[in-house]
Amino acid sequence: MIYRYDYDVIAQWIEPGEKVLDLGCGDGSLLRHLMEVRQVQGYGVENDTDKLLACVKNGVDVIQIDMEKGLAGFEDGFFDHVIMSLSLQAMHNTQGILAEMLRVGREAVVSFPNFGYWRHRQSILNGRMPVSESLPHQWFNTPNVRFFTIADFDALCEMNGIAVRERLAFDEGKLILEEPNFLASVAVYRLGRP
Amino acid sequence: MIQPQSVGIVAPQRARFTVPLPLRSGGRLDDYELVYETYGRLNAARDNAVLVCHALSGSHHVAGTHAEDPADIGWWDNLVGPGKPLDTRKFFVIGVNNLGGCYGSSGPNAINPATGKRWGADFPFVTVEDWVDAQARLMDLLGIERLAAVIGGSLGGMQALSWTLQYPDRVRHAAVIASAPKLTAQNIAFNEVARQAILTDPDFHGGHYYEHGVVPARGLKLARMVGHITYLSDDAMAEKFGRSLRHGKAVYSYDVEFEIESYLRYQGDKFAGYFDANTYLLTTKALDYYDPAFEHGGNLAAALARATAEFLVVSFTTDWRFAPPRSREIVYALLHNRRRVSYAEIDCDAGHDSFLLDDPRYHAVLGAWFDRIEVQP
Repeated sequence: MIYRYDYDVIAQWIEPGEKVLDLGCGDGSLLRHLMEVRQVQGYGVENDTDKLLACVKNGVDVIQIDMEKGLAGFEDGFFDHVIMSLSLQAMHNTQGILAEMLRVGREAVVSFPNFGYWRHRQSILNGRMPVSESLPHQWFNTPNVRFFTIADFDALCEMNGIAVRERLAFDEGKLILEEPNFLASVAVYRLGRP
Repeated sequence: MIQPQSVGIVAPQRARFTVPLPLRSGGRLDDYELVYETYGRLNAARDNAVLVCHALSGSHHVAGTHAEDPADIGWWDNLVGPGKPLDTRKFFVIGVNNLGGCYGSSGPNAINPATGKRWGADFPFVTVEDWVDAQARLMDLLGIERLAAVIGGSLGGMQALSWTLQYPDRVRHAAVIASAPKLTAQNIAFNEVARQAILTDPDFHGGHYYEHGVVPARGLKLARMVGHITYLSDDAMAEKFGRSLRHGKAVYSYDVEFEIESYLRYQGDKFAGYFDANTYLLTTKALDYYDPAFEHGGNLAAALARATAEFLVVSFTTDWRFAPPRSREIVYALLHNRRRVSYAEIDCDAGHDSFLLDDPRYHAVLGAWFDRIEVQP
């Protein structure tokens, strides 16, 4: 399960009792996890009615808004952490949402599939778009709209003055320390204001 | 899982209160009555009661039918019943006709015990807060210390919100649907047009029309026609009526030509046939006055700091009378007070009326939320 270690890493960065906002929270399972292991006060943001219903069933508080339009209703710095787990690649307004996350949160936590993973590169070399555990969809039905690598994301953070406080990269549940842009399929970042 | 059913035949009940009720307008009701209905059973722990608050034209008759009139189905019957989202096998559900209403509770068309005549225009102004106070006294009478939930749509949603502010210890959950923390100027403007239609009707007689054996039916009809336009979405109206012409072409007359004219006249006449004009006036004023943030300098978050209930807020994308941004104001004010709140914005094309319909996604969210509420067996 790709989600498991993503969740564990995120939980390690959260202090008990924090206020947490999870953008694109799906069925609320990450928030549920953080409520159980960190007693956070969590809210999810989700714009899909079926997923919203799943959150309500899971006992997770969820707000239905379209994140592409920003987070205008949320006060500056209200949350300790604003999380976006494996959803950034499905957002059009990449820079806008990153700025919004760091406006309403003290820190942002972002995880995404690494397009530069060696298996993805191999697939492209063989002439086909990659389909993998971290990029499970076909090109014609993927919800992803942005395809970027760990190196690309580092460059964006530098360009936008976003402080990378911590970065962990994984492949098949194992931490990748060497050559993450080549060997890791997923990266998890802890970001702050400069 | 069972097939959703009706609660069946129900009978209204009546409660009389003789402890004076002070009103926000400065007036007082010394002796008043409330009619109400209940569905399901109050459990031994008395922790499964859900109060349903009605909107402008609603009543205590929320679900089921009346023996003497099987066609008189409750106004939220699609929501309340065995196997329905507000499941009467789990909850004890209460509907109450608000003070100033015209369905049997003390109101302008009821007898003033002090004079033996109908109240008419002498019935005092009542506010959302006054209604909630009266509802709380009914809960006292029914032996309900704390509600499992309070739910309402539109003006009913304002009552649900107000419960959490006036009696935070007496309500565990609140569902605020297609509502607002206050009306906009545009919204008050529609109410004012409706009121002027009634007030300027020659049959109004300063609100004492009962004594003249007439009702200001033309004014009430116009008021309802204006209201109806605002309850529907542009799209829904276009789809339902479009520019359909009764005669297939223009005949240059002020009689009904376009089908929308026929629909509005029919709805207006029907409403004027059973609703009380004084109740309409009082109720629209209660809507206009509601603004819990007013005494907090307009700061809604400060106003909602008193609330401790867990909230569900729902709006509908095509509702322009109580538009989604008004619901979001409530959501953010609660969230910034660290209150538990979920918010669904249902994509439904029926405008403000959507809250009375049974859109499957809407009812699924309500059902899941009510399922989550813990009650003793």
